[in-house]
Amino acid sequence: MAQKRLGKQTIVFQNPPSIIATATIVGPKEGDGPLKDYFDLILDDDLWGESSWEKTEAKLQQEAVKLALTNAKKVTTDVDYLFAGDLLNQIISSSYAARELKIPFFGLYGACSTKTESLSLGAMAIDGGFADIVVCVTSSHFSTAERQYRFPLEHGNQRPLTAQWTVTGAGASVLSSSGNGPYITHVTTGRIIDPGIVNANNMGPAMAPAAADTIIRHFKDTGFKPEDYDLIITGDLATVGKEIAQELMAKEGYDISNIFMDCGIEIFDAERQDTHAGGSGCGCSAVVFAGYLYKALKAGKYKRIMLVSTGALLSPTIVQQGESIPGIAHAVTISTEK
Amino acid sequence: MDNINQKDYYEYVKKKMPKPNYVKNCIWAFVVGGLISVIGQIISNYFEKLGLDKKATSAATAIVLVFLGAFLTGLGVYDKLGKRAGAGSIVPITGFANAIVSPAMEFKREGFVLGVASKMFVIAGPVLVYGYGSSILVGIIYLLLKR
Amino acid sequence: MEFLKAFIVGGIICVIGQIIMDTTKLTPAHVLVLFVTTGVLLTAIGIYEPIVNFAGAGATVPLPGFGYALGKGVIEAVQKDGIIGAFTGGITATAGGVAAAIFFGYIMALIFDPKTKQ
Repeated sequence: MAQKRLGKQTIVFQNPPSIIATATIVGPKEGDGPLKDYFDLILDDDLWGESSWEKTEAKLQQEAVKLALTNAKKVTTDVDYLFAGDLLNQIISSSYAARELKIPFFGLYGACSTKTESLSLGAMAIDGGFADIVVCVTSSHFSTAERQYRFPLEHGNQRPLTAQWTVTGAGASVLSSSGNGPYITHVTTGRIIDPGIVNANNMGPAMAPAAADTIIRHFKDTGFKPEDYDLIITGDLATVGKEIAQELMAKEGYDISNIFMDCGIEIFDAERQDTHAGGSGCGCSAVVFAGYLYKALKAGKYKRIMLVSTGALLSPTIVQQGESIPGIAHAVTISTEK
Repeated sequence: MDNINQKDYYEYVKKKMPKPNYVKNCIWAFVVGGLISVIGQIISNYFEKLGLDKKATSAATAIVLVFLGAFLTGLGVYDKLGKRAGAGSIVPITGFANAIVSPAMEFKREGFVLGVASKMFVIAGPVLVYGYGSSILVGIIYLLLKR
Repeated sequence: MEFLKAFIVGGIICVIGQIIMDTTKLTPAHVLVLFVTTGVLLTAIGIYEPIVNFAGAGATVPLPGFGYALGKGVIEAVQKDGIIGAFTGGITATAGGVAAAIFFGYIMALIFDPKTKQ
């Protein structure tokens, strides 16, 4: 009998792991956005001395992990597991970063939901007594994502207003079995929800039902209500998707409008930076959490937040075959108290 | 959320999606497409003055326009133009050059055989397949009708 | 005067492309295929030639003009060489532009590196 389960999809930790340190490295555009003061390192260009953007993204992850460990006063040999993921085929950014870090490595693919997927699994490893120190890192890079999913960079195509801008950045979090918080107290694992969207420029609406499903399921499983949270923040629903998710939840009787934010909307100034619907990518919720939200929790601005990274699990191939875009969302509750 | 009616959801989403500024896009497409055509006319007139016959003039004009599109793509300028001009930069033959040059540049890091040479046609390939294909069909049908 | 005609007709053809891209699910690749094939067909039935005579580059620079060169080339070649001409006509007529694209594409890839969007 699994003893730490609540309801259908949620688990509650007996010994909630602490997030003892984080680190963020972002590209120039993100470093020019509203959250620029919260990032540890802002790059001058998108290559960072490497010969290709893919190699740059691997370096982003590697250096973010090293910086986070320095912040935690730990070294790579202290780390029991590395949970990492990114958007690229065969998650090469994570694998090539892990090659250098030499930490026992679980590679994850959840598209843009990977940040909370990694935090979920890292927290479970610690609370389950399988690890004392775990690092969870995810990254994305605008140029590597454009090459793989869309058009070559020099192509003169027009991006529609619903399109999102893939964030260039890596966010790493160090979890420990001992520490003073902020703590990961609950994890609600999402199921794949496919509302039938076929346009890859419409990812927010493709993921919104999954976000609503996981958040509602979290409330039902735990008995929490929106009032119990200072903030519920999704990964990258962006402007259109966030509105839809909020309305879907309101229809089920959950009004989170006062406390609802989205990392994709917060990371860019859409008007000034011309990012259309907002930011996206594994790196989006990773850097917004590891940069802004973590500092806000430590400063006492928030006591309890729900981070819900959202992923669109498509590939260009299968969409060309006529399939629609399935979405998934994983929620973690992070609180300053156990 | 298991019981979402996909059709209803799509209609709901459509209403929420921001619509492009149709008028602005069309004006940009018109002006840029028109200007590129005028440039083509200037080039064509120049070659005619040089004494080239009609076929050579049209081939030479195409070559020069393709070079211009390729060069502006190489400089990194054509994508900035395309962002505003949309079809105004995609539809002219300079857009065909951009569609070939941009992936050629993009995949340089994967080598000159498997990268540049192989990916060059990833966007423009359909134009050649359907263009040549339809011309062959037309040729065959013309032949049959002439009999 | 000829510049004005080229400007207007070239502009209109691009506007049609823009409207298709903005109001339907068709991507730029679909629009280009549609335009080139339409150019071939309209040339074959004799409609495109008058537009070319009227607007010059306004009709030959946009992609239907590529279809026009294909169509004209194949019909002339069929008249001269019969069935072989059906295969050689189009490709010969447009060889200059396509060869240039391949050649200059390669050179630009040699010289320039792709830069990210802002």
